[in-house]
Amino acid sequence: MAVTNLRCRECGATYPLDARYACERCFGPLEAVYDHSHLAGGDVAELRRRIQAGPQNIWRYADFLPLAEGPPGPSARLASRVGLPAGCTPLIRADRLAGELGLREVWVKNDAANPTHSFKDRVVSVAAARARELGYQVLACASTGNLAGAVAAYGAALGMETYVFIPADLEEQKVLAAGVCGTNLIAVKGSYDDVNRLCAELSGERDWAFVNVNLRPYYAEGSKTLAYEIAEQLGFELPDRCVVPIASGSLFTKLAKGFSEWRQLQLVSGSEPIMSGAQAEGCAPVATAFAAGQEFCTPVKPNTIAKSLAIGDPADGPYALELARASGGQVEAVSDEEIVAGISLLARTTGIFTETAGGVATAVLAKLARSGAIDRDERVVLLITGDGLKTLEAARDTFSAVAIEPSVQALDRALAAGVA
Amino acid sequence: MAVTVKLPVQLRPAAGGAAEAKVQGATVGEALESLFAAHPELRERIADGDGSLRRFVNVYVGGEDIRYLEGTSTPIADGAELTILPAVAGG
Repeated sequence: MAVTNLRCRECGATYPLDARYACERCFGPLEAVYDHSHLAGGDVAELRRRIQAGPQNIWRYADFLPLAEGPPGPSARLASRVGLPAGCTPLIRADRLAGELGLREVWVKNDAANPTHSFKDRVVSVAAARARELGYQVLACASTGNLAGAVAAYGAALGMETYVFIPADLEEQKVLAAGVCGTNLIAVKGSYDDVNRLCAELSGERDWAFVNVNLRPYYAEGSKTLAYEIAEQLGFELPDRCVVPIASGSLFTKLAKGFSEWRQLQLVSGSEPIMSGAQAEGCAPVATAFAAGQEFCTPVKPNTIAKSLAIGDPADGPYALELARASGGQVEAVSDEEIVAGISLLARTTGIFTETAGGVATAVLAKLARSGAIDRDERVVLLITGDGLKTLEAARDTFSAVAIEPSVQALDRALAAGVA
Repeated sequence: MAVTVKLPVQLRPAAGGAAEAKVQGATVGEALESLFAAHPELRERIADGDGSLRRFVNVYVGGEDIRYLEGTSTPIADGAELTILPAVAGG
C-alpha cells in the first residue's frame, strides 16, 4: 500500500509503522507518510472513477489511509459490510442559512450522520483497523465524549475489548451511548486533560491500542476522509473556505492535509481552502494564541458547555495556528450564549440539530459573516461534527411548548393569545 | 529532597531502560538537572539548546502540569513524584 513510514513533524526522524506517536529524539508528533508516485502523473479521470466505484464509506479512500493491508474485510468489495462503516455523510446546500448570513453559498457537511453520530467514527475506523493489523486485542481512548461512543461501538462491532476513559462530568447522553455497547467505562475525577495525561501514562504500561495516544498517527489520518468527501461531493472541486471546530486541532489540520494531497495529485481543482477554526470562549487556547500572534498555545482550564471541545492543552495547537495563518483564515471564539444561538440558527435554517461543537462552528460562521470577514461570493463549508441528541441540555429553554386541552377551541384560544 | 521522576517509554532507552529515576532537588528545574546528571543523554531529548523544555514535552508534579504552576521554578516536596510525558496525545 501507499503508506511507507511514520515521520516526526518537528525533526524529520523516521520510524517504522508500529504503535508509537512521539519522536524519541525530540518528542515531536509522528505523522504517516505516503508514496503516491504510482498515482501521480497518471490518468486523473481514471483515478476519480476508481474512487467513485469504491464502497459507500471511508474505505473508498483506502489509497490515502495508513493501512498496510488495505481496506479491512475479505475483499475491497465487501469492505462496506465489515465492522461499522463510517463516512459518506451528506453535504447539504444550506441556502436558508446562507441567506440569513448574507452569503451566497454555504454547505453543511453533516457528520452527525455517522454510525455513532459524530466524525469520530472515521478516525476510530482507521485506528481500529490498524490496531488489528498490529495484533492488538484491546482498544482504548481518552475521550471528551464522542470518541467514547465510537470506540465502544467499534469494539463491539469488531469483537474487541474496550477501555474508555472519560471526565466524570460528561453529558449523560454520551455516557449512556458508550456504556450500552458493553465497554469498560472509566470515569476519571478530573478534566479531559487529566484523562489524557493518565492515558499517555497508561499507554506505556498496558498492551492496549489507545486510539488517540499510541495509535494517534493512524487515527488522525481518518479525518482526511472528510476532506476527500467534501471535494468529491463538490464534483472534485475545493471549497473556498471551511469553518471547523477546534479541540486538539487534529481535525482542522488533517482536513487541510487531505485537500492538499488531492491537489498535489491534481484530483481536484481550486486553491487550498481558507481555514477558519472555531472554539468556545470557555476553552480557547488556540483562538487566544491566534489573536496574540503567538506560535504556540498557553494551556487553559476549560469551562464551557462545549465539552467535546474542552481540551485545554491542544496537541496540534501550533500546527492549527500555522495553518490558520498560512491559509488566510483565523481562529475565533464564541460565548456559551452564542453557542446555543448557533445550535438554534442551524436547526431553524437547515433542520439539522447539532451538538454544542456544531453550535460553536455555526456561531463562528455567523460571526465571521456578520463582521465581513467572509466574502459574500465564497463557497463555504461548515463542518458539523456531532449530533444534538448527545448534548440535549444545551437546547433546553430555547423554546416553549403550548399546552392545551384537546379541543379545536382551545387551540384557537391559544393561537389568538399569541402564545404560539 | 528526594524526588521520583517517572519516565515515558520514549525516554527509557536513554536512561538504561529504567521506568523511573530517583533524583534530588527542591524545584522542578533542580530535579531535572539532577536527572540529567545521572543520565546525560536525556538532556538533549527534552531540553532545547537554551536549557528550556522542548515544546512537546509536558512535566507534571503530582499530576498537575507545571505550566499551571511556576514552570521549572515550581517547588517540590520531599517524596514528590514528577512525570514526564509527550504532549502530542489526545483529541
